[in-house]
Amino acid sequence: MAVSHCLSRAATAFTAVLLFSFGSVAASHIEDQAEQFFRSGHTNNWAVLVCTSRFWFNYRHVANTLSVYRSVKRLGIPDSHIVLMLADDMACNPRNPKPATVFSHKNMELNVYGDDVEVDYRSYEVTVENFLRVLTGRIPPSTPRSKRLLSDDRSNILIYMTGHGGNGFLKFQDSEEITNIELADAFEQMWQKRRYNELLFIIDTCQGASMYERFYSPNIMALASSQVGEDSLSHQPDPAIGVHLMDRYTFYVLEFLEEINPASQTNMNDLFQVCPKSLCVSTPGHRTDLFQRDPKNVLITDFFGSVRKVEITTETINLQQDSEIMESSYKEDQMGEELMEPLKYAEQLPVAQIIHQKPKLKDWHPPGGFILGLWALIIMVFFKTYGIKHMKFIF
Amino acid sequence: MAAATPLALFVLLLLGPGGWCLADPQRDSLREELVITPLPSGDVAATFQFRTRWDSELQREGVSHYRLFPKALGQLISKYSLRELHLSFTQGFWRTRYWGPPFLQAPSGAELWVWFQDTVTDVDKSWKELSNVLSGIFCASLNFIDSTNTVTPTASFKPLGLANDTDHYFLRYAVLPREVVCTENLTPWKKLLPCSSKAGLSVLLKADRLFHTSYHSQAVHIRPVCRNARCTSISWELRQTLSVVFDAFITGQGKKDWSLFRMFSRTLTEPCPLASESRVYVDITNYNQDNETLEVNPPPTTTYQDVILGTRKTYAIYDLLDTAIINNSRNLNIQLKWKRPPENGYIHYQPAQDRLQPHLLEMLIQLPANSVTKVSIQFERALLKWTEYTPDPNHGFYISPSVLSALVPSMVAAKPVDWEESPLFSSLFPVSDGSNYFVRLYTEPLLVNLPTPDFSMPYNVICLTCTVVAVCYGSFYNLLTRTFHIEEPRTGGLAKRLANLIRRIRGVPPL
Repeated sequence: MAVSHCLSRAATAFTAVLLFSFGSVAASHIEDQAEQFFRSGHTNNWAVLVCTSRFWFNYRHVANTLSVYRSVKRLGIPDSHIVLMLADDMACNPRNPKPATVFSHKNMELNVYGDDVEVDYRSYEVTVENFLRVLTGRIPPSTPRSKRLLSDDRSNILIYMTGHGGNGFLKFQDSEEITNIELADAFEQMWQKRRYNELLFIIDTCQGASMYERFYSPNIMALASSQVGEDSLSHQPDPAIGVHLMDRYTFYVLEFLEEINPASQTNMNDLFQVCPKSLCVSTPGHRTDLFQRDPKNVLITDFFGSVRKVEITTETINLQQDSEIMESSYKEDQMGEELMEPLKYAEQLPVAQIIHQKPKLKDWHPPGGFILGLWALIIMVFFKTYGIKHMKFIF
Repeated sequence: MAAATPLALFVLLLLGPGGWCLADPQRDSLREELVITPLPSGDVAATFQFRTRWDSELQREGVSHYRLFPKALGQLISKYSLRELHLSFTQGFWRTRYWGPPFLQAPSGAELWVWFQDTVTDVDKSWKELSNVLSGIFCASLNFIDSTNTVTPTASFKPLGLANDTDHYFLRYAVLPREVVCTENLTPWKKLLPCSSKAGLSVLLKADRLFHTSYHSQAVHIRPVCRNARCTSISWELRQTLSVVFDAFITGQGKKDWSLFRMFSRTLTEPCPLASESRVYVDITNYNQDNETLEVNPPPTTTYQDVILGTRKTYAIYDLLDTAIINNSRNLNIQLKWKRPPENGYIHYQPAQDRLQPHLLEMLIQLPANSVTKVSIQFERALLKWTEYTPDPNHGFYISPSVLSALVPSMVAAKPVDWEESPLFSSLFPVSDGSNYFVRLYTEPLLVNLPTPDFSMPYNVICLTCTVVAVCYGSFYNLLTRTFHIEEPRTGGLAKRLANLIRRIRGVPPL
């Protein structure tokens, strides 16, 4: 078993060498190719998917976000590059007749929750502040890696938001809202800090087009499910679950994305046509004036998938094996481990010891500024009123 | 070329350990087990435990070769100088009254308690950073743990692992009762297992079955244990436990039969190749007493008897590493069937129809010896029509008493005698068999308070309404229909007034 483990590691190392070997060979055409590789377009993909609604009757917003999550994962973006924020838990909600599932099609055809989901921000953590911190990267240092958007200037980011919204704002968890101006400023901060190469913003709320009206940073393309003054409608209820399962716009977007595979050449113009007024009742809108490329040259997989550019070469490279590094640390491990006296387990309920322990005295702190100031004031007033001659009676 | 050198170094490191792996003693081991316990109430409890033991000194930095022990947790132990870590996520509540005592219970929500090493200088800072890191690993909102919900217990929560001295200053405990457990917490928990969910007992861990349960609790426990009997060096033990209780009505339609496929919608196919021990224990404590009651299929080859939680229990063992068990069929589906005892009970129930007939419930029960049997019925109170109330409804309504007709075994067998000759008091109930005697007992009638309407209400309403109508409408009516005329003020002195008075007495018009 150890030998096969050995061999498989050697094999993976070899294929890694094959794939990444172009930089280490001195042929000039390979270097030119490498320069080209790092200059053109994007090199990695990120997705930030946000559902902002709480409560069971907003099941459809969670299903919306999870269906985009599912498509994005299927097309190749790994969980480490997806920040998923769900404001409430529908799958394990006590009102869910089928626990650990969230369905998007009625008659329980498609479980978008799946078996392999990782929610990064959930329940009370989905707030406007956390969302803006994720986008701008101004995050407390102890935040774990899975909750950060570690994008760079060659990242294409997909941002999907859904929930209840109005003209110029989006509601977060029924208690606060984010305005379109704040969102535009957050994107400008991202541009100034070079945190994205291109950004696709999709929003599925009522009056969604108002949210992208104020964007002013370059390289942003935006889609919305309805114009200002229109409501975004939900698709179909399921009588077994008792709520509406999806919103219309995202339902048709999901059906569109189910046809896409990582090699497809479908472009953004097809995405703009996805939900005409006859199906959606509202008029979906889009904004491309800030985007530098022509939408018909932008592939869907540029944002929804994680298609890596790979250059394959048949040139070979010689590497030296350095096996002394691991052996030395292992030997140190073995030597310093034998202790002198035997260790023992702690007693779980030592009654005698508990009864006789002394409580720790709290450290005495001198009185703080307020108390001192208060007493100084009282004494000053007293002596001003009655004169300084009374002091000798006190002291 | 600058980009080339980091690439070359990266490739170097990847090949490095490949050359070393020739000398690789097994320093960590995995044991997995599943215990299935039928509970007294008819539900079934399944407890998974996965134990990874690693003989290593993790306190010194520089350990970078992880095999079975997950790297995410190993790095936590060295970075935050942990001595013990216990983290659990639970949904539901363990009902000890119906299910018996649990192996390991956890509070609803998320619970985290940690013992730090004595080398830690700022325990609170390490605690805060640790809870943030754990919230990222387990996709839970453990970052809400702060000083408002953290305590330092002084007497309980002693370390479960090796400990020479216990200064409770290094212990921190926090509970988040609002924390929800769902698939996103199970997914990273499963990824910490060496065989993930591909082989061994972990193929049974499917989220859609595990969360359709009355109780679901998953936990991670890390502690130092003795490496050998002399206990001179320590090993690190990682235990991952998962307990679920399947509701009898969901799995077996009310019968107490169960099988692995019906509970988990999967069967066991092969043991985890990395495990040194992989077993399923089934509690068959009722098996040996009376061969008629339960049947386990496939029949177990070995059994294990021990005193667990105070009572003596017998377990059937299915060892997945034993080739005979898996080779018979390609999968192992353990089934348990309860054979019905030959005498059935009898139940007859006739529900009530409003204002037509009452409820009738008749049950034939065999009472076990030296025990107390309680029979209880729940009912709901409905509203009556206002004409159906008695004149004194505050007294309450009576429910007729229950009747118990019983055949009680006699202490002394009676000889059957001629009916006509024996005294009247002993010949009320005819008995054929002298070993029991018949008795009929009654319970007390039950007095139930129904919500009583206020019968004086119509009278009060009529009075109030009439008053309001009289005052308001009456005034309005007067204003509309009465005519008013101005009265002249009368002029004149005292004499004139006196004369008018006399003329009025006489009945003559005044001046």
